[in-house]
Amino acid sequence: MVDTTEARLSNALMDTDAPEAAKTREPHALAEDGGTIRFGPDQPLRLDSGASLAGVEIAYRTWGVLNADRTNAVLICHALTGDQHVAGAHPTTGKPGWWTQMVGPGRPLDPARHFIICSNVLGGCAGATGPASINPDTGRPWGLAFPVITIPDMVRAQAMLVKALGIDTLFAVVGGSMGGMQVLQWAADYPDRLFSAVCIASAARHSAQNIAFHEVGRQAVMADPDWRGGEYADLGVRPEKGLAVARMAAHITYLSEQALQRKFGRELQRDGLSWGFDADFQVESYLRHQGASFVDRFDANSYLYITRAMDYFDLAAAYDGLLAEAFRKAREVRFCVLSFTSDWLYPTPESRSIVRALNAAGARVSFVEIDSDKGHDAFLLDEPVMRSAVAGFLDSAGDARGLKTGPAA
Amino acid sequence: MSPSEAARREDFRAILGMVKPGARVLDIGCGEGVLLDMLARDKQVEGRGLEISPANVSLCLARGLAVVQGDADHDLADFPNRAFDYALLSQTLQTVRQPRQVLSELLRIADRAIVSFPNFAHWRVRWELLTQGRMPMTGVLPQAWWETENIHLCTLRDFTTLCESLDLNIEACAALAEGQSARAIDPQRPIENWRAESALFLLRRKDAA
Repeated sequence: MVDTTEARLSNALMDTDAPEAAKTREPHALAEDGGTIRFGPDQPLRLDSGASLAGVEIAYRTWGVLNADRTNAVLICHALTGDQHVAGAHPTTGKPGWWTQMVGPGRPLDPARHFIICSNVLGGCAGATGPASINPDTGRPWGLAFPVITIPDMVRAQAMLVKALGIDTLFAVVGGSMGGMQVLQWAADYPDRLFSAVCIASAARHSAQNIAFHEVGRQAVMADPDWRGGEYADLGVRPEKGLAVARMAAHITYLSEQALQRKFGRELQRDGLSWGFDADFQVESYLRHQGASFVDRFDANSYLYITRAMDYFDLAAAYDGLLAEAFRKAREVRFCVLSFTSDWLYPTPESRSIVRALNAAGARVSFVEIDSDKGHDAFLLDEPVMRSAVAGFLDSAGDARGLKTGPAA
Repeated sequence: MSPSEAARREDFRAILGMVKPGARVLDIGCGEGVLLDMLARDKQVEGRGLEISPANVSLCLARGLAVVQGDADHDLADFPNRAFDYALLSQTLQTVRQPRQVLSELLRIADRAIVSFPNFAHWRVRWELLTQGRMPMTGVLPQAWWETENIHLCTLRDFTTLCESLDLNIEACAALAEGQSARAIDPQRPIENWRAESALFLLRRKDAA
């Protein structure tokens, strides 16, 4: 597959629409492919802030083969600190993809049946244009000169990518957490370009509590002397301490009290207390590790921009506060909404308000609240009910869409 | 669930006969989606379901049905006015906390409701209570008082009185018995309140089209 990858890469980098980028190829086990698409100066990305970005780059990966009718494409939208490496091993860390429970052979999203796309979000730091990218006007990293972006901006960039891959209508758009916000935005902005939508552990707007937690994280980053007003990259330093603290605080919100208790309780790292401020408790050591490993793979300014985009998210705002109006044109889309009982970051009432709005709009919606004590992170873990619900939903939607099981023809 | 599967199957047959082809239907307490499946196949209805068990919702999704997890007492409020032609409540009314509220919700979100429940005035129920002095256990009420989910049992007479107070038209009523086909009855006749083991009502809001 190497040749095709190279061909696609060069094709995409030619600043064209890259219509041949996703042409039908031979079936292959996982058939992982992808590259980076660059939109030319003639295709600037219009942003909600009023700014526009030229030369936007979006790194993406694909699995499976686009069928002849181009009806089996699925877009997976990743969460705040996710990336496009949803199923294959991560190129730098070597770790398996972040959603192998859901994507892979025999999984609800199966490369044998679906052509699966996942791209890094606008503002990200895994190959999409973001604050760490080079500002063409200065030749230096954007830093805080990068325009503030929104969830709709991310989705607009994804829509450009999907179009460039030669896909008119996606079979499904699937995502959890911030990915779920993008799914809802897709349904509102491009109702004719998706057949079904799966929104997991998410919300139609960010709550005051969630904004508050994000603000703690941002303040931690900005309080790090090495942040340097966002120009750290140019000065050869990194605000690692601040970003690590932000991650530690955020990580607590992804878990539940029960999960923490079960995993760590009050267990100590070593025999006896240190009578000081070392990581005495296992939970402290765990959080420190989470913070330290996060800074290796994530850019601090990206963290500021993407958390901001989530805070600004309020799907109903553009519709006079009436969420149902956002879905008015999405009545033909099949929706599956899932939440988890112990998720206090995106609790079930948030999902229920999405379901209520979809019902009010007359859309076809299914909803399951999954019993789990693993908190918000449950959507990334092995949750059999989530897997069977999504598999059942996508299989029946696939039948309605006329998708064949087995390798796409 | 408290209602026996047999009682439900009799219900399904009667409901299939009442629903107009192509109608929009909400099945409350849709279980594994058997009735919705039958209605989609035989009557080409546009079906939706409300079901309390996540495992059952999952099975419904695999059947290609659109089902929302929730219960009649809390989650009917999420549906807009007159979103459906029919709201179905099969052998469930006696298990909800607020039957009057649920019934009026059914006829807010749908023009018609099809509601079935065990008749607590059936002669066998009366006989058992009279002779044993204990909570009756019969074919449609198979569980002991301490394990049943039935918390609001009623009689045909109770139900028709409730319909009157909610200003609902009774368009049709059928007595159901295991292994027998539905028998059209006048629910106001005292004799039917003795004879019907279980009953199914087709209700309509008076101002509905």
